[in-house]
Amino acid sequence: MSKHLNLTLHVWRQKNAKCDGKFVEYPAENISPDMSFLEMLDVVNEGLIRKGEEPITFDHDCREGICGTCSMVINGRPHGPRERTTTCQLHMRSFKDGDSITLEPWRAEAFPVIKDLMVDRGAFDRIIAAGGFISVPTGSPQDANALPIPKQSADLSMDAAACIGCGACVAACPNASAMLFVSAKISHLGHLPQGQPERHIRVRDMIAQMDAEEFGTCTNHGECEAACPKGIKMENIARMNRDFIKASLTYRPATSGGGVG
Amino acid sequence: MELNARIPDGPIDKKWEKHKFDLKLVNPANKRKYKVLVVGSGLAGGAAAASLAELGYEVECFCYQDSPRRAHSIAAQGGINAAKNYQNDGDSVYRLFYDTVKGGDFRAREANVHRLAEVSNNIIDQCVAQGVPFAREYGGLLDNRSFGGAQVSRTFYARGQTGQQLLIGAYQALERQIGLGKVKMFPRHEMLEVIVVDGVAKGIVVRDMVTGEVTSHVADAVCLATGGYGNVFYLSTNAKGCNGTAVWRAYKKGAAFANPCFTQIHPTCIPVTGDHQSKLTLMSESLRNDGRIWVPKRKEDCGKPASQIPEEDRDYYLERKYPSYGNLAPRDVSSRAAKQVCDEGRGVGPTRLGVYLDFSDAINRLGANKIEEKYGNLFEMYERITDENPYKTPMRIFPASHYTMGGLWVDYDLMSTIPGLFVLGEANFSDHGANRLGASALMQGLADGYFVIPYTIGGYLAGIKPGTRIKADDPAVKAAEQAVTDRTDKLMSIGGKETPTHFHRELGKVMWEMCGMGRNEAGLKKALELIPQIREEFWKNLRIPGTGNDVNQSLEAAGRVADFLEIGELMCLDALERRESCGGHFREEWQTEEGEALRDDENFAHVAAWEYKGEGQAPVRHTEQLAFENVHLATRSYK
Repeated sequence: MSKHLNLTLHVWRQKNAKCDGKFVEYPAENISPDMSFLEMLDVVNEGLIRKGEEPITFDHDCREGICGTCSMVINGRPHGPRERTTTCQLHMRSFKDGDSITLEPWRAEAFPVIKDLMVDRGAFDRIIAAGGFISVPTGSPQDANALPIPKQSADLSMDAAACIGCGACVAACPNASAMLFVSAKISHLGHLPQGQPERHIRVRDMIAQMDAEEFGTCTNHGECEAACPKGIKMENIARMNRDFIKASLTYRPATSGGGVG
Repeated sequence: MELNARIPDGPIDKKWEKHKFDLKLVNPANKRKYKVLVVGSGLAGGAAAASLAELGYEVECFCYQDSPRRAHSIAAQGGINAAKNYQNDGDSVYRLFYDTVKGGDFRAREANVHRLAEVSNNIIDQCVAQGVPFAREYGGLLDNRSFGGAQVSRTFYARGQTGQQLLIGAYQALERQIGLGKVKMFPRHEMLEVIVVDGVAKGIVVRDMVTGEVTSHVADAVCLATGGYGNVFYLSTNAKGCNGTAVWRAYKKGAAFANPCFTQIHPTCIPVTGDHQSKLTLMSESLRNDGRIWVPKRKEDCGKPASQIPEEDRDYYLERKYPSYGNLAPRDVSSRAAKQVCDEGRGVGPTRLGVYLDFSDAINRLGANKIEEKYGNLFEMYERITDENPYKTPMRIFPASHYTMGGLWVDYDLMSTIPGLFVLGEANFSDHGANRLGASALMQGLADGYFVIPYTIGGYLAGIKPGTRIKADDPAVKAAEQAVTDRTDKLMSIGGKETPTHFHRELGKVMWEMCGMGRNEAGLKKALELIPQIREEFWKNLRIPGTGNDVNQSLEAAGRVADFLEIGELMCLDALERRESCGGHFREEWQTEEGEALRDDENFAHVAAWEYKGEGQAPVRHTEQLAFENVHLATRSYK
C-alpha cells in the first residue's frame, strides 16, 4: 500500500455571480494516491458537510473523461498537470505529500461563475445553435452507404468531433478565445460531404455568435491545444479562418421571391 | 390496473407498418397548438425533442446537466447495431429481432423488438446524414465490427466513442431547433413531480438547480427519457448524476414499474480500490476479443504477482466452462462466473475482488503494436486509473452495475399506464427483456426518439382538442408544486449528522450483496429488512448544509438518494417474487447442475409490473403475459 498524502487546498469560494469570491484554505488529509482528483474533493466535502459547512461546489458527472462537465483550474492549468487528461481522470498519485494545490474556476468573461468552481458554459450551446449542425430533419436521408466518404475525411472529421466541449481551451487562452472549440465543430462538419451545403453560412453564423458572446480572438499562443484533454489541434483554427475568409468574400444575401405557387 | 400492451394485429413484420397507417394524424397547421415536454436530453430525449419540434409541435426540453450534450449516453463506447447486412454475412431485420429476443432470455415483448430491428437501419441513415463520423473502409463505405450475442458483424462504431458521436448528432439537431425557437431548453433543471389531472399527465414540476426556484410546466403530453436507475448500487458505470427520481415520481403518480429486478452487471470494469471510490469505469467488451480471463487455480497463489504463476496453475475458467464462446460469453454469464471464482477465494488484487484479463498471448501472437492500434486508448485509460501497465501485467477487472433493463411499463405506443405520459430509452422496460446485448442501448434510445415517438404521440394528441391544456393556476398544478416544496423543506430540516453519500453507500452495499449478481430468498428478505432501516436513519440523521435557494449539490444528492432508498426496496421485492433465473436475474435456488440460469417459462414468461398503492402500503404486482409466436422459447446455451 502506497503512502497516503496530506495536502493543503486553496479553493476559490464564491457564493454566486454577483458576490465577490476569495480563496479559502482547506486541509486534505490521509488521501490515497489511488483516488481520482474529484474523489479527493469528495472526501474534503464529506468532512465539510459533517462540520455543517457548505461543501465546495464543482461540476462533474461521468467521471470517465467524456462528458466534458468537470472544469477547474488546478495550480494554474485547466484540468491540472497531466497532459490530455480531464480533471476527473487525474489521480492523486500525480501529487506529492505536503503539496499545496490551488483550485480556481474557468476564468472567462463569457463563462460567468455560478458558484465556487462551477461556471455557466451556455455560450457554447448558443454557438452550436447558431450553426453547428447539418440541417437534416428526421426521416429524410438516403441510404447510409449511398455516399462513400474517403476514410481520411472520416478520420479527420472524427479527430475534430472528439471535442468534449469542456471549455479548457477558453480557460487556458490569455484572450479567453473560443476559437479552438468553434473550429473543431467547423472541421468536424466541414471534412464531410454532408457538411458542404451549409459550410459558408455555418462559419459565418457561428463566428458571429462567438463574437456576440464576447469570447476573445486567437493570437496564436497555443495554450488551447496544450490544455485540451482530447488533443484537438490548432490547425482547425487555421482551417476555420480560411473558411471564414472565403465565406465573407462570396457572401450573398438570401434572395426572396421563391416559393410562390 | 389494466396492462393492455395494444399490440397491433397481423404478422410480426407488418404490425408497425399497419399501426403507422392506423394511427390518427395531427394536421400540420394544428401541430403548433400542442405542447410536449421532454425530460432528459440523451439519445432518446434529445432525438425526440428535435424530431417533435421538426414536425411542428411546441417542445420544452429539460436536463439536469449544464448542457444537453452531456447526457450519459455520451459514455457509450462500443457501437450501435443495425440490420443493414452491409457485410453480406446473412444479417436481416428478422435476425436482429431474433438475436435480441433470445439475448434478452425471452422476457421482452416480441412486437416491440421487431419494430426496433426494423427502424435500426433508418437510424444509421439519419446519423450519417447528420455528420456522425462512423468508421469507414478505404473504399469509403461504412465499417462494422462484431459484438457479443451475435454471429454477424452488424455493429457500427466511431472509434471507442460511439455514444459521444451519436449524442452530438442528436444534440446538434436539438440545438438547431432551439436556435429556430421551436424548442425551449431548460438545462440545470431537475424534474421532481408529474402533474396528473383526472388520471392524465398534464405537466411537470421542476427545480431550477441554480436558483432553487420551483416552477410548473403544463402541456398536452409528457415524455420521460431520463435513463436508468443503476446508481441504486451506489457504485456503477453510470454518471454521478444519473438517478431514478423522474421515473419514481411517475410511479408514485400511477405509472406501473416493470421488471425492476432486471439489472445488467457488466463483466469488465476496473475493480474498486477503496472506500473513497465514487464510480466504476468500464473497459469495453471488445477487449474480450483478444484478452484471456483467468484466476489462479489455488487460493494460496492469489497473493503472488501474475508473472510468478505458471501456466499450469492458471484457471482460464470461461474457456473451461464455455468452450465454444470462451472469453466472449455474454455479459450475464461472464459476470456470474467471475463472482463464483472470487467467492471461492480465488480473486486477485489487493481486495481479492478481481480477475485477470491477460493480453500476453495476443501480444506474443500479434505484437504489441497491433494491440496498441486496436485498444490503445483503453490501455491508456486503464493505466491512468490503476497506475499499472497492461502491456506488461494483466489487467484486473471485476463486474459492475451498468444498465437497467427494467423501467416504467409502456404499451406498444411507449405510453405508460398514465395516459399522456410516454417513456423512452433506458427509462422504459420494453425491448431488452432480462439481459441487454452489447450495442443495443444506443439503438433503442435513438429508435424511440427518432422513429417511434414522433408517430405514436401524434396518435395520442389527435384525440385531444387543441387548446384544452390546463391553466398554470389549476389546483392540481399548485398541489404538485407544493408537494415539491414540502419535500425540499423536509430534507433541509432534518438537521442530523450524516451526508447523503453515506446513506447511498450503505444502500449500495446491501443492493450489491443481496440483489446483485446472485440473489436468493434469504438474502432478499434480509435486504427488505435492512433497506427500511437505512431509510429511517436517513430521514432522522441526514445533514444538508446551505439553503434550498441556490446551488446545493447536497440537496440534489439527498433527493435522489431518498428515491433510491425506495427503488431498491421495490427491486428486492420484484427479485423475491420472480422465482426463476433469467438473464441478469440469477436466483441461486434456480440453477442447473452446472450452475447455469434455470428459467421457468410456465410460471414466469411474463412482465411483472408494480402498482404503487400509497405510502406504507404494499405495492401490487400485475403481470403482462408474453407470447412467443415467432422466436420459440428455448434454453440459451453458450457451451
